[in-house]
Amino acid sequence: MGKMKFGEKAKNPKKTFLRLMKDVFEGRYFLIVLIVLGIVLSAWATTYSASFIGDFIDDVVIPLKGNPNPDFSIALRYLLKFAFVVSISILSSFLVSWIMVGIAQNAIYDMRIKMFDKLESLPLSYFDRNRRGSIMSRFANDTDTLNQLVANGLVQLLTAAMTLLMVLVSMAMNSWILLLVVIAFIFITLFATGLLGKKSGAYFKAQQKDLGVVNGYIEEMMNGQRVIKVFTHEEKSISEFESLNKKLETSMAEANAWAGAMGPVNNNLGHLQYVVLVLVGALAIISRPNFYTIGALAAFLQLSRSFSNNISQISQQSNNVLLALAGAERIYALLDEKEEKDDGDVTLVRVREKEGKLEEVKERTGRWAWKVPEGNGFTLVPLKGGVVMDHVDFGYNEDKTVLHDISLYAKPGQKIAFVGSTGAGKTTITNLLNRFYNIQKGTITIDGIDIGRMKLNDLRRSMAMVLQDTSLFTGTIRDNIRYGRPDATDEDVEKAAKLANAHEFILMMKDGYDTVITNNGENLSQGQRQLLSIARAAIADPPIMVLDEATSSIDTHTEALVQSGMDKLMENRTVFVIAHRLSTVRNSNAIMVLENGRIIERGDHDDLIALKGTYYNLYTGKSELS
Amino acid sequence: MILEVLMEVLIPAIMAQIIDKGVAEMDMAYILTMSFFLVLSALCSLLFGVLGSKFGSEAGAGFATNLRHDLYVKVQEFSFSDIDRFSTSSLITRLTTDVQRVQQLFMMSIRMFVRSPMMLIFASVMAYRAGGILSAIFAVIIPILAIAVLILVKITHGYFSAAFKGYDRFNQVVGENLSGIRTVKAFVREGEEKEKFRESSDYIRYNFTKAQKMMAIMSPMMMFVSYGCMIAICYFGARLVNVGSLDTGALMSIFTYSGQILSSLMMTGMIVVMYTMTKPSMERISEVLSFSPTMDENEDGEKTVKDGSVVFNHVSFGYKKGSTCLKDINLEIKSGEMVGVIGTTGSGKSTLVSLIARLYDTTEGSVMVGGKDVRDYNLTALRNSVSVVLQKNTLFSGTVEENLRWGNENATEEEMTKAADIASALPFIREKEDGFKSRVEQGGANFSGGQRQRLCIARALLKSPKILIMDDSTSAVDTATDRKIREALRRDVNSMTRIIISQRISSIEDADKIVIMNAGTIEDVGTHEELLARNVGYRTLFETQTRGKD
Repeated sequence: MGKMKFGEKAKNPKKTFLRLMKDVFEGRYFLIVLIVLGIVLSAWATTYSASFIGDFIDDVVIPLKGNPNPDFSIALRYLLKFAFVVSISILSSFLVSWIMVGIAQNAIYDMRIKMFDKLESLPLSYFDRNRRGSIMSRFANDTDTLNQLVANGLVQLLTAAMTLLMVLVSMAMNSWILLLVVIAFIFITLFATGLLGKKSGAYFKAQQKDLGVVNGYIEEMMNGQRVIKVFTHEEKSISEFESLNKKLETSMAEANAWAGAMGPVNNNLGHLQYVVLVLVGALAIISRPNFYTIGALAAFLQLSRSFSNNISQISQQSNNVLLALAGAERIYALLDEKEEKDDGDVTLVRVREKEGKLEEVKERTGRWAWKVPEGNGFTLVPLKGGVVMDHVDFGYNEDKTVLHDISLYAKPGQKIAFVGSTGAGKTTITNLLNRFYNIQKGTITIDGIDIGRMKLNDLRRSMAMVLQDTSLFTGTIRDNIRYGRPDATDEDVEKAAKLANAHEFILMMKDGYDTVITNNGENLSQGQRQLLSIARAAIADPPIMVLDEATSSIDTHTEALVQSGMDKLMENRTVFVIAHRLSTVRNSNAIMVLENGRIIERGDHDDLIALKGTYYNLYTGKSELS
Repeated sequence: MILEVLMEVLIPAIMAQIIDKGVAEMDMAYILTMSFFLVLSALCSLLFGVLGSKFGSEAGAGFATNLRHDLYVKVQEFSFSDIDRFSTSSLITRLTTDVQRVQQLFMMSIRMFVRSPMMLIFASVMAYRAGGILSAIFAVIIPILAIAVLILVKITHGYFSAAFKGYDRFNQVVGENLSGIRTVKAFVREGEEKEKFRESSDYIRYNFTKAQKMMAIMSPMMMFVSYGCMIAICYFGARLVNVGSLDTGALMSIFTYSGQILSSLMMTGMIVVMYTMTKPSMERISEVLSFSPTMDENEDGEKTVKDGSVVFNHVSFGYKKGSTCLKDINLEIKSGEMVGVIGTTGSGKSTLVSLIARLYDTTEGSVMVGGKDVRDYNLTALRNSVSVVLQKNTLFSGTVEENLRWGNENATEEEMTKAADIASALPFIREKEDGFKSRVEQGGANFSGGQRQRLCIARALLKSPKILIMDDSTSAVDTATDRKIREALRRDVNSMTRIIISQRISSIEDADKIVIMNAGTIEDVGTHEELLARNVGYRTLFETQTRGKD
């Protein structure tokens, strides 16, 4: 859910701002010069046009008044000059916003790419720690506010500031006394808006919080809507919703009322200022007619208007800037996350055997070897899939160990089963093999090489996983199976689907292999999703296979078929499997019984039955096998 | 609000008077009186403005609240097939993001909608009064500007809606990568995912750049027009002043009016842009509101369910028109029986049992519960008697106790303990520090899959229904616990009709009746022994599952 974080301000706005500017403008120096030039020009033109009225009235209109021989050429000359200045201003401000759109969109694009690249290289613990919604909102909302800032806010802020400065100078040159009046009003206005802002800010915070609660409630209830129906809980959920919604209404009305009052207050303070200026100005004209003119007063009035416009522009924009910076800070927090450690130098390469020796090749041979650097050269160690865990300790946090002293080995082609109650650590062990998480103590080796020495991607390529939660991606079924190996041909895809017994149900779908699945395969059954996930692993064709409760919700009939396919697949493959099913476990070379993160029993099925321990109780209870 | 606008329009007129009569003639007294009026109208305008903002935001907040409320209530009326139709995630978007967008538009436009046209009209009138013929300039410029704005808006809209579609894809890619990060990493597909992301970002960039560049033309165009106006006013104004038909002050007030007219035009343009951007959201909301739920809840129907007997009478069913999931089902279940249902994925097991609680209506034939057609019951009454433990189940944030009380709000401690005990949930609840008062996070995220399933079973049991349906409800529970639950169900609630769907024969072998489903039909019904003796498929299945029995 995309929660907008309203009242949240940046913690270190200055640092974030500088970094952002560097990211946005780096390498675009020529454009910066253009932009600054444009901003200065348009600010100058605004100031000029404000004082232009005064000059026009004094030099053109007043002399013309009642003049029987009017000379309109002066007027024309004035206006032409004005038109020229204005054209420059318009052109330059147009150029600035045109350029900024491009810069902003490119900057946002670059930022998003950087964020996503980062995301893909973060360790799993990051995804455990951070809620999906909050990451999503960084990608969508926070980059959007950034866009607002770069495309509009920044330019407007700069233009306003520049104009303000020039207007101030013009006003000072026009009349000191009137300027003092204006400055006095600025303080009054700032005070009033500050007061209102504080009030509305507090309510906005409350509103944002209430909105979060309401949206959260909606999300939760919609997800559980079927349960609500089954338990006929509709009325209760409506009444709960009503009270939350009511609370939101109150805070929303308050927040917006206070914020909305800002406009009229500003406007009318402006009017008051106008009155005072006219009064003082009139006094000045009356008392020293040679010194101060109507035109000058008119000019000053225009200037003061532009002055207060720019002040409110700045206060408005600076609030937006702070909000955007808060977003930028969250983005940078993501970009500064520590990436998955990947400093191994052992890689996986395709090989073929030539005269009894291995040789690295480019083309597909179906054979792989670890390329281990040694001294100046390297040795090739054939990838067989022998796995050894030696006294491994692991915890998701440094201070809490969840796996204790795990030692086990799987010779190439062996099948190891993990059993134990929920939370015993079965899934955790398999997550260590491909370094989803890094172990704290001990070593894990594959074919005698420490997995810490391997390039992450190569390590992961050496094994396939069928995970507990099947994740499918939007695209065709074919694409989803091919996910296991992008260069697979359509034939390979079908072969893998047949192996996983997914072929039949796929053919029954509307467009067969080209059926597009969306939303993690919402229109597939859980069993079908898992069949696809198995096909995906099958097509990857690695020497090591990790199956995590893969078959737990496929019906036994299908499971039997899957098993037969898997058996074929398992030839010459090392397999780690987590399953509740006896048939799976029975075929294993070794069974590890886990409890509270320790291996408490090990051996093959017959050994463990003979042991009459935990395994015996878990799987050969009275009614189960009788 | 209209008054506020009126005041705002009046103020420049007063100002003009001050300049023309007061300053020009150095009439201090006149200046003072008019200033007084000006201050007065400014105060009025302030008052009306603040009140307007208050009413406006109240109306806006009320509008949003009602919209949310109506949507929420509407969704509560939805049947299962209606939820399927809209999909949960889309309903969530409609109730959250879409409502927020519409609300934002409403909040902003409620002020502008009234202000801009009013301002336009009043300011034009006043400009005409002050400048007479001079205001003809506006008459020429306004239509030209309006057309130009409309054209720009139309072009921009196309790009914007393309960009928003791009956002859907963008969110999809990020979302799928977040939920499927393990798969991405396990298969080392980061490169391809980055490529997908790049494509979707680039699409957004392209369309947004186009749209915003179009928008960037808007502001200079406005400036161009407004300065053009100013120059024209200056020139013609100077001529008019010369012949004496226009005063200096009036000329200045026309400048102010020209500003007001142009800014209200700009506002109108902005509203149009915002409206077009919000339109899809509005359409999605009204789609929900105008949808009539497909199931008649039969408020006046029978309120009591006599017993737990179930009869399927020539039942056929399909989720969509033309597709059939169940074909001509005939089945009789006696009250208090324990029935097992087994069959392959997609054979129609879940569909079959969901018809009993009338989660869906049959396409053909009828389902009878307690001797009456399910459609003759008051739906609430029926569902109170038929408790379904769904395959995809949900716990809600709150405490364990609050979740269990969904089954029965007035359940005593004793009843809860009993239900939890039958569902084998008691040990792990007791193990928690706060026992029944322990927190449950959204979706039960702080419990393991098996624990969640057991809590859901306990919740369903607390309803003390006539019929309990368990749809593969122990799939994540280990075999030993599964057995315990089954034994407790057999022992402690034997008056309840229990229908258990399972993949494991061991879970249902001692049922009074086992139903084998196959491709939407009932293949066979019988006891475990009968089926073993006569059904080859069943026997094979049993042998596979218990292969290697000593």
